[in-house]
Amino acid sequence: MSEFGNMMVATALPEIFLALSGMALLIFGVFRGNAGTRLVCWGTVGALAICAFLLLGMDWSRIVAFNGMFLLDQFTGFMKLFVLIGLILALTISVRYLEQERFSRFEYPVLILFAGIGMMIMISANSLLSMYMGLELQSLSLYVLAAIRRDHVKSAEAGLKYFVLGALASGMLLFGASLIYGYTGSLDFDVIASAISTGTSVPVILFGLVFILAALAFKISAVPFHMWTPDVYEGAPTSVTALFAIVPKIAAMALLIRVLFGPFGNMIDDWQQIVWFLSAASMIVGAFAALTQNNIKRLMAYSSIGNMGYALIGIVAGTQEGIGAVIVYLVLYMVMSAGIFGVILGMRRGGIAVEDIRDLSGLSRTNPMMAYAMALLMFSISGIPPLAGFFGKLLIFKAAIASGFYVLAVLGVLASVVGAYYYLRIIKVMFFDEPADALDGQSFFSRRAVVLLSVVFVLLFILSPDALVHTSFNAASSLFLK
Amino acid sequence: MIDFPILSLMTALPLAGAFFIFFIRGSEEIVARNARYTALYTSIFTFALALYMLARFDGGLADFQFSERYNWFPSLGISYHMGVDGISVFFVALSAFLTPLCILASWESIKSRVKEYMIAFLVLETMMIGTFCALDAVLFYVFFEAVLIPMFIIIGVWGGARRVYSSFKFFLYTLLGSVLMLLALLTLYFQTGTTDIPTLIENPVARDLQMWLWLAFFASFAVKMPMWPVHTWLPDAHVEAPTAGSVILAGVLLKMGGYGFLRFSLPMLPEASAYFSEMVYWLSVIAIIYASLVALVQEDMKKLIAYSSVAHMGFVTLGIFTATTQGIQGGIFQMISHGVISAALFLVVGVVYDRLHTREISRYGGLVKNMPKFATIFMILMLGSVGLPGTSGFVGEFLTLIGAFKANNMIAFLATSGVILGAIYMLVLYKRVVFGAQINKDAAKMPDLNPREIAIFIPLVVLVIFLGIFPNFVLDRMAPSVAKLQAQYNAGLYTEQGLESTDHPEVLINE
Repeated sequence: MSEFGNMMVATALPEIFLALSGMALLIFGVFRGNAGTRLVCWGTVGALAICAFLLLGMDWSRIVAFNGMFLLDQFTGFMKLFVLIGLILALTISVRYLEQERFSRFEYPVLILFAGIGMMIMISANSLLSMYMGLELQSLSLYVLAAIRRDHVKSAEAGLKYFVLGALASGMLLFGASLIYGYTGSLDFDVIASAISTGTSVPVILFGLVFILAALAFKISAVPFHMWTPDVYEGAPTSVTALFAIVPKIAAMALLIRVLFGPFGNMIDDWQQIVWFLSAASMIVGAFAALTQNNIKRLMAYSSIGNMGYALIGIVAGTQEGIGAVIVYLVLYMVMSAGIFGVILGMRRGGIAVEDIRDLSGLSRTNPMMAYAMALLMFSISGIPPLAGFFGKLLIFKAAIASGFYVLAVLGVLASVVGAYYYLRIIKVMFFDEPADALDGQSFFSRRAVVLLSVVFVLLFILSPDALVHTSFNAASSLFLK
Repeated sequence: MIDFPILSLMTALPLAGAFFIFFIRGSEEIVARNARYTALYTSIFTFALALYMLARFDGGLADFQFSERYNWFPSLGISYHMGVDGISVFFVALSAFLTPLCILASWESIKSRVKEYMIAFLVLETMMIGTFCALDAVLFYVFFEAVLIPMFIIIGVWGGARRVYSSFKFFLYTLLGSVLMLLALLTLYFQTGTTDIPTLIENPVARDLQMWLWLAFFASFAVKMPMWPVHTWLPDAHVEAPTAGSVILAGVLLKMGGYGFLRFSLPMLPEASAYFSEMVYWLSVIAIIYASLVALVQEDMKKLIAYSSVAHMGFVTLGIFTATTQGIQGGIFQMISHGVISAALFLVVGVVYDRLHTREISRYGGLVKNMPKFATIFMILMLGSVGLPGTSGFVGEFLTLIGAFKANNMIAFLATSGVILGAIYMLVLYKRVVFGAQINKDAAKMPDLNPREIAIFIPLVVLVIFLGIFPNFVLDRMAPSVAKLQAQYNAGLYTEQGLESTDHPEVLINE
């Protein structure tokens, strides 16, 4: 644990760089005022990109720094990289949206950047303390983002709701952490892991585990801790919703995996049944509750609940293969969400953003390219081959079957059929229905580029699925090296 | 053998055509015309390749031919493995044969969004050919399931009044069956460590597991087939789909179910197939009789033919699960024959629908007077569907019934009554549409077939008669593969069952 100063700092170089550039951008923003928002946005994208390259340039063999608080290995490195890419995508599709909706505040990109630092610390956390710190940095930034349109009732409500429930979850996390600390006498993940390696389940530890799990389930919006998701998704400005859908869940899922396979790796029999339930409930609720939604943002909220349910199957499997499948699933989900929200952000009529599914009526005739893109993404996210989304589901179900979780797999595929219905409904509205008033044709290059990228990825993934899968399985392997 | 990857070429070619059509720009009229011609030429060229493949296919071999294998998904051990044997080669040819006819049949009747329509059909062709060529279970699943996307669009965009309901029903029914099959495939993969179909066939899994897997496969293939009682999507889909959509649906898509039984259920899960065969017989017989009776009272021509498809597919499942040489060969032959005849019958309906825009039987009558050519062609096809000797329909039904008599007399007796019912509903249909007084003035004024329509029907009619007179052209080529399939099936029964092999004595007696 006692590495020297230089070495320790270098491990967190990307995070430090990001924090410094965040401050610089903040100062720049203060001097330029809201007129400089676009510049700050692109500056943030640049900083995130540089950060990603810094991360790529580092050696991802297991290094523990800052007195055991901070960890970098294959898994954390890979997940952080994807969080950074997700942030870049989310910011790219929303730059122009801020101006169109006239809430172009320079704090917006900077808050995203700070949320990003929080996520990276969260993923790299190797102690209960740094975990909490990262989680809170992320959450607080996101609370503010949800409420960034102060003059908008819905946005303020979303922010408040998110904050109150999020604070409750943080409370549970702290309570659970204190129980763990009380029993093991340490905050360090590695020490906790060895303290409960006996395999006997101690009630106190179990309580602590349950509370921590509940808090993390809140962050990934797994049922029954999902109630905030539809309201926050609907109320927050669409660009923020896009961010919520694309990035924080990857980070929270990575943390969940780290916690379950790190400190609580020996309690797999105990948490497996809890996660089993979270997974099954999320898939079912996500599928059925989405059936009656008319607001596309609410629909995507339930879709994300369902998708987290599928991803959790891989955790339940409890194998390296399962975690690899989760990573692939999350990456594909991230890319597809970015594309879908790219389209949703472009839904405007007469200069006003619309978000009802019916507003897409007949889009295939008024704006065919947008309709094709959306249709392909919808087929993909419902898991129809040959599109990318299918391979995520394939790997997840394969992992479940290899570990003998047949019931969960059957529940999963049945839920995916129900889910297919509401994704198809969007295609139906776009292709089968008579055109409504045309949506505004104007579209910005940055957003279109992300949508195009996402569609091309979804279409061509089949040609070389192995690249991503191989890398993900490698990343997953580091969790099982002890 | 052929020294270039013909199967991949046939699979990729329509996709390339679709890609070109996607980039056609210009005024609506020019786009439509160019899209039509590009689609037609692409599909004709694909069909030419299919003919070449048939010509070079060695009918004496039971093995997979024209095999191709590339690493596709090495970390999971899934490869891109293509090949055809005597069973699948005809389905590939059938898909390639029907697609150009479909495009030709839609030449004038599809007026809106021609470009998208042609793209959908070419993509569909790729997926169909891929399904029959795939020799890797995951690859098969990818193609099998991907068919849903273009078909959903075809029914939903260019369909009739209730198209939305029908397209959703079609999609969700089929998807529900397929996802269960996916789990079965993954279980097989987990048990044997491979998704390579030829390898899977040679390594049967334990008996108890076979039962579950068989049911999962059955869920998928029975829906696709479709078997009673999961056939209800078919009449809806057929009625609402545009003519060419119905043609492909009846001609090729239904055959994927039968092909699946032959490729997966029978050879990979022989014991379960034997165990459940009794159930399949009864479901088949119910389908044959029930669907025929329902067909009798239909007022909508397309619905009538849709129910007749359900009945004819009943013969197929009956034949396949007798696991006798005649039964399996008859089942395959019946599928090919039905692929041609029912496709042609839907085109017949399309001809009169294009003129009068109704499918109601009572709106027609006496067409023989103003449409003699049409009446002749319709008659040949109708008799083929009835199963008149000399047409392809006869061979398939006859062989499956022989197979059925070997397996179970009662079942065979009931199935034979379906042949009579089939003759009744088809003759009644023909009588009401073609003969009788010309009550409806607008129907009496309809012009006879134009040259384009005749060009579509001639190959179909010729094929119906050719296959009826020279069935051995097909039967000889499939015989080695069918024999191999039977050998695998029986080997599975012997090795696993051991002493308690008296469960299904009839299967063993055949050899």
